[in-house]
Amino acid sequence: MDNDKNILEVRDLQVNFKTYAGDVKAIRNVSFDLRKGETLAIVGESGSGKSVTTRTIMGLNANNADIASGTIKYKGEDLLKKSEADMEKIRGQDIAEIFQDPMTSLDPTMKIGRQIAEPLIIHKGMKKEKALAQALEMMKLVGITDAENRINDYPHQFSGGMRQRIVIAIALINYPEILIADEPTTALDVTIQAQILNLMKELQDKISTSIIFITHDLGVVAGMADRVAVMYAGKIVEYGTVDEIFYNPKHPYTWGLLSSMPTLDTGGDELPSIPGTPPDLLDPPKGDAFAARNAYALKIDTEKEPPFFKVSDTHYAATWLLHPDAPKVTPPEQIVERQKKYAAMHKELLAQQRTQGPVEEEEEKQ
Amino acid sequence: MAKYLAKRIFYLILTLFIVITVTFFLMKLLPGTPLTNQAKLSKSQIALIYEQYGLNKPVWQQYLLYLAGAVKGDFGTSFQFSDQPVSYLISSRIGPSLQIGLQAMVVGVVIGIIVGAFGAMKQNTWVDSTTTVVSILGISIPSFVLAVLLQYYLGLKAGWFPIAEWGGFIYTVLPTLALGAQPLAESARFVRTEMVDVLSSDYIELAKAKGLSKTGVIFHHALRNSLIPLITIVGPLAVNIMTGSMVVENIFSIPGIGEQFVKSVLTNDYPTIMGLTIVYSFMLCVVLLFTDILYGIVDPRIRITGKAN
Repeated sequence: MDNDKNILEVRDLQVNFKTYAGDVKAIRNVSFDLRKGETLAIVGESGSGKSVTTRTIMGLNANNADIASGTIKYKGEDLLKKSEADMEKIRGQDIAEIFQDPMTSLDPTMKIGRQIAEPLIIHKGMKKEKALAQALEMMKLVGITDAENRINDYPHQFSGGMRQRIVIAIALINYPEILIADEPTTALDVTIQAQILNLMKELQDKISTSIIFITHDLGVVAGMADRVAVMYAGKIVEYGTVDEIFYNPKHPYTWGLLSSMPTLDTGGDELPSIPGTPPDLLDPPKGDAFAARNAYALKIDTEKEPPFFKVSDTHYAATWLLHPDAPKVTPPEQIVERQKKYAAMHKELLAQQRTQGPVEEEEEKQ
Repeated sequence: MAKYLAKRIFYLILTLFIVITVTFFLMKLLPGTPLTNQAKLSKSQIALIYEQYGLNKPVWQQYLLYLAGAVKGDFGTSFQFSDQPVSYLISSRIGPSLQIGLQAMVVGVVIGIIVGAFGAMKQNTWVDSTTTVVSILGISIPSFVLAVLLQYYLGLKAGWFPIAEWGGFIYTVLPTLALGAQPLAESARFVRTEMVDVLSSDYIELAKAKGLSKTGVIFHHALRNSLIPLITIVGPLAVNIMTGSMVVENIFSIPGIGEQFVKSVLTNDYPTIMGLTIVYSFMLCVVLLFTDILYGIVDPRIRITGKAN
């Protein structure tokens, strides 16, 4: 893995929340990289620590959060060691964030032009008129119709989808290196969701930013992400390219997530779901946190935490099932089918490479 | 906007009419007559005076006569100070009352906002606890108790301010403090609660994510949004100050309308009671109209005019 291609490197991050009942271990040893220009999706159910991870990167955690260990390296510097004043310079300039609910994330008493221009005024020291002119350009870029007339409108005069476009405009106005999108489409209806996702992809190409895309919706991930990290109970349990996660998942939790996502091929009367609820992170279980809900759990799962097993150069999963000594299990039917598709795709890919191979060699000879 | 204002002014007149009517009949139910303490007067003299002031007529006739006069701007002459028209009596005394009332309102609300904002910013620290204690004290101590305490400690003991009387800005300090304590406490409490809410809202998170500093977040986003509910209590606070002023003006011997109001009720000075009631209700109506307009200025979502979408 080429290190200078990584714009963000998170290592062994542990975040606890101090409560009266004790420490809630929200993030338990999370490590991941974000490469330049890629979209990394972090997927998991509510409470798995997705948002805490991004808030820790932004330095916007609640007062009772305690970062117990870890480093977050951005351009070689550890963000966790930065002062509040330094973080203020990074937020909205190098790293920007889009939030979940566009209905509540805009200031109801400030004109939207001003809200979009604000990061320019703060970070670039721009004059108000100039910043507003640039905000207008940004409004056009994110697809707000009649932008000239709407720049002095207030948030309540816009629909949810339009408001999310405004939030995106605010986040991107300084052309940030990293854009964190925390469930940006969850609060929108499906048609608007697609529009916003397309817009994000389009803008990512235009301003070449890297995206951390937080979601609980695997359906959204497929078209959006390059790589996927699956989070469960404050840990990443599996990560790989989007194809690897969708068509060759190895962790039983990923199986569960994928099986509970309806697809065009979904048959039967009932959509499968993962039984039970996530563990209490006040006192996380010994061993694999998913063991209690896992139909494929082994005895060792309740005793010892599984390390990451390598599936391919880009694909790792933390489950004992991948241990050479583990008994062979058959994943749910749907997953088996997915894996078959993957094998077929893989064959095709290999075949393509074989036919392309000699051509390249010839070119080199010439 | 003009249409809205016209509508509101119509309602204002309607309100005043209802207030006049209710007050007139309530006032007639008060025990005693304007001449209760004039034991030396003979029956025929009393009858003569009644005749002169129209008090011998049935109450409903008196009411209609009063209304007819009021419409023409004639509010009668005071019983207590003979030959002084009520309008003159009020206009010569309203200045000090307005000055103290406005000073108390402005000082109270402005300091209240600052105190409340500090409490919210330093939530759950000693600063927060102190502001909470101050607001509880301010709300629970009646203005007349505070007035006496201020007179004793800052006036008599420390000698910084005159204890009573009227004669310049320095004389207004203690009454302003006495009257301003309640608005200060109420607005501090309101702003604190609201700002704690606002500070945990999504748009504040977004403002932080933009890279605004802590003070930037407070001044550009949190403050304005926290002040919206405060406007709601400006009306009740004005009432508070008006009623408080009646007692406080007496304590500080300020020649204002509050002091006059109390005297006129005690002496059954009917025209003065009516006149002052109208003045007070008019002021309250204006304050309420003002707050409704202020709402629109602070919160664009409830602006009265404006492009419909």
